[in-house]
Amino acid sequence: MTLPFVIIAVLTIVAAVAAMSLRNLVHCALAVVVALAGLAMLYLQLNAQFVGFAQILVYVGAVAILVVFAILLTRGGEAPEKSVFSASWLTGLAVAVAVFGVLAWTIVKSAASQREPTQEAGATVKQIGDALMTRFVLPLEVIGLLLTAALIGAVIIAMKEEKK
Amino acid sequence: MTTLAGYLLLSAMLFAVGLAGALTRRNAVLILIGIELMLNAANLNFIAFWRFSEHPEALTGIMFVIFSIGVAAAEAAVGLALIIAIYRHYKTTNVDEMNSLKG
Repeated sequence: MTLPFVIIAVLTIVAAVAAMSLRNLVHCALAVVVALAGLAMLYLQLNAQFVGFAQILVYVGAVAILVVFAILLTRGGEAPEKSVFSASWLTGLAVAVAVFGVLAWTIVKSAASQREPTQEAGATVKQIGDALMTRFVLPLEVIGLLLTAALIGAVIIAMKEEKK
Repeated sequence: MTTLAGYLLLSAMLFAVGLAGALTRRNAVLILIGIELMLNAANLNFIAFWRFSEHPEALTGIMFVIFSIGVAAAEAAVGLALIIAIYRHYKTTNVDEMNSLKG
């Protein structure tokens, strides 16, 4: 464990927990931005620069703004007077803790988890561009179609219904 | 150097936090954020496995994460549009009160 990893990991986890437990929804949205930025830092630390900057562009830039818009449009800005957790929160928490327990147990038991990183593993933008235009060109086209469909679908769903 | 286990444990922790949020919160927007956190935990796994793999030049982990980020962006847009449409109908984003499909 290196010190930068520990700092980023603690920051990410604390921000994620804050995002899931704060009362005010706008504070939750800001906390989730910190968690996503922490993940982007981890990607940079793992030599995946392109993914790190894509993460900042898409999540910190676009998704966070969308979330804040949705919170404000649904008047979630003011803190609720009732409990923010659902009636069955204890079951949900137990399920989450059980899932983490199983995952952590598997990771600790696994032989592959003690691996050291491969030397000089890195991906330049040129390599990624080459791969996207040759081997992964079909998935690229499909994702383009999906994003167009999602854009149109989101507008149609959120559009005001016409009065008949 | 941090071993693979450190990244995997962090990712498992993030996944558990996101799952706990998605299962326990009342507000639909927060449930969507929890799902986004879980997706991001999976992305971290992909990148970590790519970095620690024997053949990082194949770029499979990177590609998977790039496409996963694209799908997650589409999912967030449609999900938030759905929440806004439901809010317009029910005047609430509390999922405990959304209990009928036919309004």
